[in-house]
Amino acid sequence: MSAIDHTGPLTATGNLRRRQRVDRTMRALATGAAIFAVAILVIVIYSIAQRGASQLSIGFLTKNPTTTINGTGGGIKNAIIGSGLIVAVATAMALPLGVLIAIYLTEFSTPRMAAPIRLALDLLNGLPSIVIGVFVFGLIVLSSGETGFAGSFALSIIMLPLIARNTAESLTLVPKDLRDASHALGISRWRTTTGVVIPSALSGILTGTVLAIARAAGETAPLLLTTSLFNPNATSFNIFGTSLPNIPLDIFNLSESGGAANQASAWGAALVLMAFILVGSLSARAMLARSRRMMSR
Amino acid sequence: MSDLSPTRSPESNMDDSRSEADAVSMPLIAPLAAEQQSVSIETREVVFDLKDINVYYGTALALEGVTMQIYKNVITAMIGPSGCGKSTFVRSLNRMNDSIPGFRLTGNALYHGNDIYASSVDPVEVRRRIGMVFQKPNPFPKSIYDNVAWAPRILGMRSGLDERVEQALRGAALWDEVKDRLKRSALGLSGGQQQRLCIARSIAIEPDVLLLDEPASALDPIATASIEELMHQLKRDYTLVIVTHNMQQAARVAERTAFFSLEVSEGKRTGVLVEYDDTTKIFTRPSDKRTEDYVTGRFG
Ligand SMILES: Nc1ncnc2c1ncn2[C@@H]1O[C@H](COP(=O)(O)OP(=O)(O)O)[C@@H](O)[C@H]1O
Ligand SMILES: [Mg+2]
Repeated sequence: MSAIDHTGPLTATGNLRRRQRVDRTMRALATGAAIFAVAILVIVIYSIAQRGASQLSIGFLTKNPTTTINGTGGGIKNAIIGSGLIVAVATAMALPLGVLIAIYLTEFSTPRMAAPIRLALDLLNGLPSIVIGVFVFGLIVLSSGETGFAGSFALSIIMLPLIARNTAESLTLVPKDLRDASHALGISRWRTTTGVVIPSALSGILTGTVLAIARAAGETAPLLLTTSLFNPNATSFNIFGTSLPNIPLDIFNLSESGGAANQASAWGAALVLMAFILVGSLSARAMLARSRRMMSR
Repeated sequence: MSDLSPTRSPESNMDDSRSEADAVSMPLIAPLAAEQQSVSIETREVVFDLKDINVYYGTALALEGVTMQIYKNVITAMIGPSGCGKSTFVRSLNRMNDSIPGFRLTGNALYHGNDIYASSVDPVEVRRRIGMVFQKPNPFPKSIYDNVAWAPRILGMRSGLDERVEQALRGAALWDEVKDRLKRSALGLSGGQQQRLCIARSIAIEPDVLLLDEPASALDPIATASIEELMHQLKRDYTLVIVTHNMQQAARVAERTAFFSLEVSEGKRTGVLVEYDDTTKIFTRPSDKRTEDYVTGRFG
């Protein structure tokens, strides 16, 4: 009944040859697609670095733009400070709330309550950032004008689902054994969470936060609607009173305004932003890998 | 307050001289158990008085009609085939099962005369008095010192914390091995050391009862022997309940032994308490055929 001679030499028989050909082709296609993804990243980084690098100097990072937006010279110091402030305030709002939501999801909720909250977070994460910008425009800007804080508020809405989901993810990685150990000592749920669960998941939480910051730091659309009317030549720390200059809008304005010098500054600003985000993401990933190793020990 | 450290107790400990290797190769019936039997069990103070306990997970009846008394400063062993509800039973004693969805207990479970499942009872307080050591050593990812000191600190036992940590570690026969590296991570300890650290962590808050759910089953024979050794010392200060699937272990450490079995009817498997008596009686003259089959190895 058997179609092949089991005592024959162990070379391919039947349709094995054809199956192997299909296998090789598909493997090559998949590998090619993966390489393509890496290539796109490399090309983007390379082209921005190539054009922006000539702009990079100490002065570019430590000086404000010297003339009007149509003029030349100077740096992007005020935009770096502004972006830093806006993102810092956004993080200060999104981090505690996001961690609390994650704690609720993993430590206190029933599965029936957790599912809709997870869904809501995913939908929030999928909202276009311009929609969040318009929302904050209607909520804050229409009544009290553009401020850096309005920008922070919009960015914090973008960061919230990222932080909450990432934190919940790392809290579920904390073994149940540890919670049991704490409960068996007569420690309440909340103290167990703050004393055992959060410290065990800390680097995962930090990683999620850094990734959320990296994402928010590059958002442009919400800032266009909330903190775009600023004096391009001055540094401002008044986040609650005025619009703050920021890197994404600098890139936008400088590119739009034409002129070779402005174009070059735009590339320089893009390189600075990209470097911040890449370094942040990479170090976050390194931290995450380290914490996974620690957990699995 | 009772003395935290069993090792400081003036009573001499006859089996202290027993080496770890001896403990491993002890005969099924330890002479110790026979000697313990001389004190009549009826005169002991009752810690747990359990009447007709049924435990359900959802609609499944996991444990049916358990009635028994657990005595003070006695080591009580729970033996029986896997899945017969030993863990379910001990976890019900300190309300560790509360967090399991569908868990339900009926019957009367008294601890020093107080109903453990009364609505006024705070389960956190129950577990503060009735500690638990788990099958897999589960030290916190903190330093050795902080593993022991963390709970006392939260429970407001802050004064003399260093001494408390030392006493607990001595009580768990771990002090000499770790006294020079208290600030190092507990995760660097061997499995046996980790389990003793978990015991130290439990006794640091001076509980009344210690429940041990197969505390040695993840350990090698040497580490197992040192845990068993330790239990003999601990029983002077604590009431101990140990779950084990290892009959020799029950015979070596326990004064009283409860044999649980699985009843299968209409395709449903339910744990029942078959026999509960002095350990020597359970292993030499069991009154139930199922116990005899189990301890003689004809089953399970
Ligand atoms: N968390 C749980 N949810 C539902 N059923 C459980 C749970 N834990 C144990 N059981 C069931 O209860 C019975 C007794 O289990 P267990 O107490 O772990 O037995 P043992 O410790 O004697 O091996 C088994 O049938 C098991 O499937
Ligand atoms: Mg078990």
